[in-house]
Amino acid sequence: MEENKVEKPINETTFKKVRKAFTRGSLPTKLSFIFMGYGQIARGQIVKGLLYVMAQTAFILFLIFFGGKYILQLFSGNLGTRVSGEIWNEQLQIFEKVQGDNSFLILLYGVVSLLLVLFFLLVWVSNVVGNYENDVALARGEHVRSIKDDIEILLNKKFHVLLLSLPFIGLLVFTVMPLVFMVLLAFTNYDYAHMPPGKLFGWVGFRNFITLFAGTGASSGFALVFLRVLIWTFVWAFFATFTNYLLGVLIALLIQKKEIKWKSFWRTLFVLAIAIPQFVTLLLMQKILDGDGILNKLLGTNILWLADQRYLSLIPRLMIILVNIWIGVPYTILMSSGILMNIPTDFYEAAKIDGASAARIFTNITLPYMLHITTPYLITQFVGNINNFNVIWLLTGGGPVDNVNYGGASKAQSTDLLVTWLYRLTTDQNPQFNIASVIGIVIFVISAVISLFTYNRSSAVKGEDTFQ
Amino acid sequence: MINVTLRKTRKLISTFFSYVLLATLGILWVLPIVYLVYTAFRVTPSTGIINTLIPTNLRLGFGNFQKLFQDTLFPRWLWNTFVVSITSCAITTLFILVVSYAFSKLRFKLRKPLMNALLVLGMFPGFMSMIAVYFILKAMSLTNSLLALILVYSGSAGLSYYICKGFFDTIPKSMGEAAFLDGASQPMVFWRIILPLTKPIIVYTVLTSFISPWCDFIFVNTIISDRNLYTVSLGLYKMINAERSSFNDNFTVFCAGAMVVGGIIVSVFTSMQRYYVEGVTGGAVKG
Repeated sequence: MEENKVEKPINETTFKKVRKAFTRGSLPTKLSFIFMGYGQIARGQIVKGLLYVMAQTAFILFLIFFGGKYILQLFSGNLGTRVSGEIWNEQLQIFEKVQGDNSFLILLYGVVSLLLVLFFLLVWVSNVVGNYENDVALARGEHVRSIKDDIEILLNKKFHVLLLSLPFIGLLVFTVMPLVFMVLLAFTNYDYAHMPPGKLFGWVGFRNFITLFAGTGASSGFALVFLRVLIWTFVWAFFATFTNYLLGVLIALLIQKKEIKWKSFWRTLFVLAIAIPQFVTLLLMQKILDGDGILNKLLGTNILWLADQRYLSLIPRLMIILVNIWIGVPYTILMSSGILMNIPTDFYEAAKIDGASAARIFTNITLPYMLHITTPYLITQFVGNINNFNVIWLLTGGGPVDNVNYGGASKAQSTDLLVTWLYRLTTDQNPQFNIASVIGIVIFVISAVISLFTYNRSSAVKGEDTFQ
Repeated sequence: MINVTLRKTRKLISTFFSYVLLATLGILWVLPIVYLVYTAFRVTPSTGIINTLIPTNLRLGFGNFQKLFQDTLFPRWLWNTFVVSITSCAITTLFILVVSYAFSKLRFKLRKPLMNALLVLGMFPGFMSMIAVYFILKAMSLTNSLLALILVYSGSAGLSYYICKGFFDTIPKSMGEAAFLDGASQPMVFWRIILPLTKPIIVYTVLTSFISPWCDFIFVNTIISDRNLYTVSLGLYKMINAERSSFNDNFTVFCAGAMVVGGIIVSVFTSMQRYYVEGVTGGAVKG
């Protein structure tokens, strides 16, 4: 009973604590709403209190000298108003260089500042909650917590805070902040015509989405291009995933055959390909398949294996899938050999007694069994292939270019996936960061939908213990 | 009688064809690697253009390796890559272990929401944020430094905790509980009891995080422009992709460099292979 009473304030939600601190808190607690750390210092938690005071001072200074300006500009409706350039000074009779606004920095620092404000809010809440807990402790006739107590709590009851804080700060800086920034870019007109510092860019609402999904016209005909790239992305992902899978399983089966000797030798032969870093094999393949490459020399042909534009670039598309087979099949062999060994032998024996042919055994027993177990693997592979930047970029670089089918401004080329198109749009000499961001959001939506499907599906699979 | 011999010959023929098929496929898979090794050791012609497979004046030797270590910045790149991969590997491993442990073994209010948040974050394509990362690093005046690379490689390590957490999940909760009853503190349970049990997955995490800087060239390409600070992957990439021409003098040297990198990766893997396989299958049990 006693323990229950002590635990009670801990179980209240943070929001409730803040509200109670405001309505029923003591004077030091209420003062701490404005002067952070006051309550702590008044009650002898000097170090903690001073830390809060420092945090508040630093935050106010930050707002005045840096963040405040950017946050205001972020919400002012446009990202900067003054264009930098040269202005005629009448008195001195010279052109004066004027440092204008930089939309890019306003957006970037605005986002950073906003996140810092959010972070400060958390610190503020912890300050108020700490005071409220002091109130509760004092009302009960207990001592307020010393630093030693705080460390003790961090090491035990709140060990997760200690563990997670550093990795999450890393995530915040290197994933969340950049992502928020890039998502916001999708709603601006940040492209080569609006490049800071020379020029400004601003909010345009959903215009980029319209350009990409429904745009028509000479320079902005992205809708058709988008559709083409999207279709190729899915076609590629489908073939890349299933050719790898089927061939891998078949080769693993072949190695597994009773009559085949030196099984580990055969396996190593294939797995050797994994040892070399992917970018090396891809660059090597690119050189082998080059117009002047060794393949043409050996065959005595003169085919541009990776740059032939005929038949909708059919040859490069096929070659990419073939090279991907070379790279991916060893992984499937590794993955599937273990599973294949675990297929209950009575399935096979029963089938043999019934006189089933090898092909029927494969389509009716082996394949369904494998598919049953490896569906999540297949779907993650599929998502991975949608985002398979390396294979496309290092082999064809997205090319060949056939401007007949692709609008020049879109910069998309015939074997481009969404990711490589995104990359080209951001690294091109005439970059279009706004469209690239929209593409990034599209990729996110696709991956998210497919992944969520996987998670639901794999939990369903978990429920089924038996294979029928 | 005839029936039996017929069946036997049929079986022999099928076995024979299986071997032929396997051998053909095996050769297809090994051929590019053989070609890589062959080109790496091929000294003639001195230009890198491979016009014929076996030229009349074929000479083999270590000339390309000599060139690689003397005429290019390769030793420098190798050193950079070692520095970056070892440091980022340490940080990444620490982050992943800590996050997986917290999500697997500790229970706190925000556990589920945070896990879901990481799941969603992981679905954005990695280099969508690359440009922004570049400018954030620039604002911290960190671009063109190895520290920036280390931060980029290990900063968001927390995202890839899945496999490791799966492994932690397989360790019974009672292990920790018994220790708590004996008066062990949380850090002690983590450090002394759980971590020693997860050696395979630690090796797996160390391996994968050590290897990734050796294979990435996109982030390096964005962040680093100083040739002296390249990692091997970007160095090799630039070596043959710098000029627009499809072939340049460096192809044979590139192959030599690729062999060195491949050799390092293979030796790292084989030395830890036993743990590696254990680690992967151990984590996969839970799915």
